Amino acid sequence: MPEARILVLGYGNPGRRDDGLGPAAAEAIEAFSLRGVRTSANYQLMIEDAYDAAESDVVIFIDAAKAGAEPYSISAVQPATNVSAFASHVVAPELVLGLSGSVFGHIPRASLVGIRGYAFDFEEGLSARAQANLASALVHIRNVMIGRRMVVELAKGRALR
Amino acid sequence: MIETRKIVIDPVTRVEGHGKVTIRLNEDGSVAESRFHVVEFRGFERFIRGRPYWEVAMIVQRLCGICPVSHHLCAAKAMDKIAGVDRLTVTADKVRRIMHYGQVLQSNAVHFFHLASPDLLFGFEGPVDKRNFVGTVENYPEVAKWAIFVRKFGQSVIKAVGGKKIHPSLAIPGGVNKNLSTAERDILRSEVDRVVAWCADALELCKRLIHEDAARLEGFGTFESSYVSLVRADGAMDLYDGGLRAIAPSGAKIFDGVTPEMYDDVIGDEVRPWSYMKFPYLRSLGKERGWFRVGPLAQVNCCDFIDTPLAENARLDFKRPGGGKPIHATLYQHWARVICMLHAAEKVKELLYDDDLQGEELMVSGERRPEGAAWIEAPRGMLYHRYRVDDDDLVTNAKLAVATTNNNEAINRSVNKVAIDYLTGREITDVLLNNIEVAVRAYDPCLSCATHALGDMPLLVTLEDQDGATLATRARA
Repeated sequence: MPEARILVLGYGNPGRRDDGLGPAAAEAIEAFSLRGVRTSANYQLMIEDAYDAAESDVVIFIDAAKAGAEPYSISAVQPATNVSAFASHVVAPELVLGLSGSVFGHIPRASLVGIRGYAFDFEEGLSARAQANLASALVHIRNVMIGRRMVVELAKGRALR
Repeated sequence: MIETRKIVIDPVTRVEGHGKVTIRLNEDGSVAESRFHVVEFRGFERFIRGRPYWEVAMIVQRLCGICPVSHHLCAAKAMDKIAGVDRLTVTADKVRRIMHYGQVLQSNAVHFFHLASPDLLFGFEGPVDKRNFVGTVENYPEVAKWAIFVRKFGQSVIKAVGGKKIHPSLAIPGGVNKNLSTAERDILRSEVDRVVAWCADALELCKRLIHEDAARLEGFGTFESSYVSLVRADGAMDLYDGGLRAIAPSGAKIFDGVTPEMYDDVIGDEVRPWSYMKFPYLRSLGKERGWFRVGPLAQVNCCDFIDTPLAENARLDFKRPGGGKPIHATLYQHWARVICMLHAAEKVKELLYDDDLQGEELMVSGERRPEGAAWIEAPRGMLYHRYRVDDDDLVTNAKLAVATTNNNEAINRSVNKVAIDYLTGREITDVLLNNIEVAVRAYDPCLSCATHALGDMPLLVTLEDQDGATLATRARA
């Protein structure tokens, strides 16, 4: 089976403490230097990410979560069918997938990893608890989502968890 | 007693940041006056005081998320002078230039494709839920593809030399912190020809849309004005550096070859009580007649030629109807914008085949000076930065004059012209609202930059009588 092309999109504002969990995760995964894995860290998702998504078999969106499961949650992402609420400063994962299909003709499998954060004030640096959650998430992303289970799940047509 | 009504349009949508429009009517329903208010105060010039001068180029780019590179490079050019450096190494100069052209490319792509072209593609009165980029995706997928890819390429250029697409790190006082590697260069080389071709396609599309509705678009929000832009010593368009040139509506030069150190000698600022944004004017013409326009229209009108072939042909075509004299049609800003976008793509390609960008000499040092001033042609027009630094290397004073500020009077006049032409009766129609926004968008989608603003603004429309009493309110989500 050909090796899957994986895109990791980590987004958030590092200037607001744990909101930087997404970019921090993307940068850490970049440092793993895993074959077939591309990463992007940015303040927010952008329409242009649809191009990179269309060039991928799998997309892993990573964002900070203000509430919910600890240390992280994973959910499947489906492409948006109604994009009328578009706003350039609010681009959701679903819109990125929708555009990758409608403009570039390919919709990859996609998951959203929400890493639990606690501090979101105007300051740089992750909180200690967020750092611990990030470490846990990275283990799962590297070993499970990208590693052992990826090819199997792709073959079954399921989103990665 | 004369009865007046004030119509307020707030906020101006599909403009990054917020603005507020007030139209005051006479008793007979005619437009008495229109004002484009900027009511946000950001304070960059104030809170940057006390920071070490070498931090400034990184801090000020936080002014804007669409064109941070312009502020980064303009501040760096000013800091070069404070560091005692008047001439960078060849590599440092060209690496900064390729970043700047990448910026112009991606920023003009955003402005044209995402924010302005939906009005041209779907008509000013087109359905609101379609008159946006998503509508472009659904109805003009090939155009959407150009939009996404051209902007993405510009961002890739920025990231290749600056490490990040937004708020990159490259320029430091006296030079740059990296060159363009051959690996990065080769990736960009593999895509640049397609980018140039799609920019040329975008230009043909823009021209077609404008020509199809020329009778209306040529007069929309239009008036004659002076123009100000940087040009190279030989008169060529130079969006990165050059002398400041001002031309009259006829095309005659008002001044030429002005350096940043002469800024206060040639340009003054007027303050009006109803807006935080200043009103710059050419001192030689005075406050009443000295207002001017900057931006793509000025960039194309002021130069004698463009030194890239496709853009130069486009410039000649653009100016042909006016017999070579300045073009004044406000909405032709978009046509000029696409010409500049094409020029930026050609310059990026030119630099990608220039081995100087792989040079190893990146820095120059000199004798510290207490003050440095610089300018650059940002995508929206001339941007000026000036800083004063004390003996402890801390900033004591800063002046930032951004493009939208330079266009302040012109925006007000375009809004007033549109209000006069499109207000019928005493009704605030959707047509009037969107036409006013189209006029503002011709200049700038980036109000948060010019207002130096911080935080969110309440979204409220207020109708007031001549005594300031509220007649009606209207809120937008």
